Amino acid sequence: MKYIEPHAHMVSRTTDDYEKLALAGCEALCEPAFWAGFDRSSADGFYDYFRQLTEYEPKRAAKYGIRHYSWLCINPKEADDPGFAREVMSIIPQFLDSPTVLGIGEIGLNKNTRNELTIFEEHVQLALDRDLPILIHTPHLEDKLKGTRLILDSLASFSKLDRGKVIIDHVEEHTIAHVLDAGYWAGMTLYPESKCTPNRAIDMLEIYGHERLWVNSACDWGHSDPLAVPKCALEMKRRKYNPAMIDQIIYQNPREFLSQSAKFAAHHPLP
Amino acid sequence: MPSKKELLDLQFIDARHLLINLAAFLDRIDRHPGEDDHRLTALKAAIPVILENRPDRAKAVLEAMSDPSTDLPQSAPFQGATGAPPVDHALIPADR
Repeated sequence: MKYIEPHAHMVSRTTDDYEKLALAGCEALCEPAFWAGFDRSSADGFYDYFRQLTEYEPKRAAKYGIRHYSWLCINPKEADDPGFAREVMSIIPQFLDSPTVLGIGEIGLNKNTRNELTIFEEHVQLALDRDLPILIHTPHLEDKLKGTRLILDSLASFSKLDRGKVIIDHVEEHTIAHVLDAGYWAGMTLYPESKCTPNRAIDMLEIYGHERLWVNSACDWGHSDPLAVPKCALEMKRRKYNPAMIDQIIYQNPREFLSQSAKFAAHHPLP
Repeated sequence: MPSKKELLDLQFIDARHLLINLAAFLDRIDRHPGEDDHRLTALKAAIPVILENRPDRAKAVLEAMSDPSTDLPQSAPFQGATGAPPVDHALIPADR
């Protein structure tokens, strides 16, 4: 079995996890820029983080035969201070031509504030200006439904946006239809406690079909499982999905979306 | 697609385990001192949804545990989430 892990925060994981991913069949993974678990004190902290994402992690992954790609932004949790957020955003363009940067993400909302929304829209415009795909984070827990609606309303105001180049991540049963009905891709994140379990993700595949959907582990420094995607594949097998259908969800679908970036190719040479 | 019987064979023990864990959690909260808060209120209000005869119970529970407000504050007083609607909002979701 081969698969693509489309959302993993490997800067928070050990090298042992790369080995586990490789043994499970992971051929490529994508790492969106995110919150480090604490607020960084300066834009320089982000400069170092973007170097880690674009220079160090691809090499670390390559040691295990895994292609590593990244998405850049200032995450919504640190975007509630527009002045600081714009300072960070000013350094993003110098990294966008890196051979492994696919697009802008994971942008979005956290507590659904006007400040967060302003910075979200400035990121969307940056992606539009450079014709880049966008990966969007939807808020946690009680804030997800309201935040998803706000994000969809905001995106609707960008008349030139190609909705097929936007994935809205961390959908659950109460948000997935909003996202798919509006023409966007949707990501289901498999977490041990919050977001979505493998069985709930498979339920949503049964209800909403198999198009414009992917599953990811979003493994990070918190309670998460870097092997969540292959475990979901195992659960699909237990629920009588045939190998072709499993392959579509864990490999072909992410490949289809990610290939909209010219930099992504399934057989891209390892760095 | 597996049959009901096959799904029960696969998942009944896990569902039983989750239900007992929830019951034990409520017992534990009752047994311990202090005040509960909006999270327990939200949880108890959402529990009856799972016995309703409808095809979208998971969606309905998630909606019941969601912030129903539409206001947009300039900035946030804190970064995290509690998992239940803010205390000053009614729990009952719009479609119920």
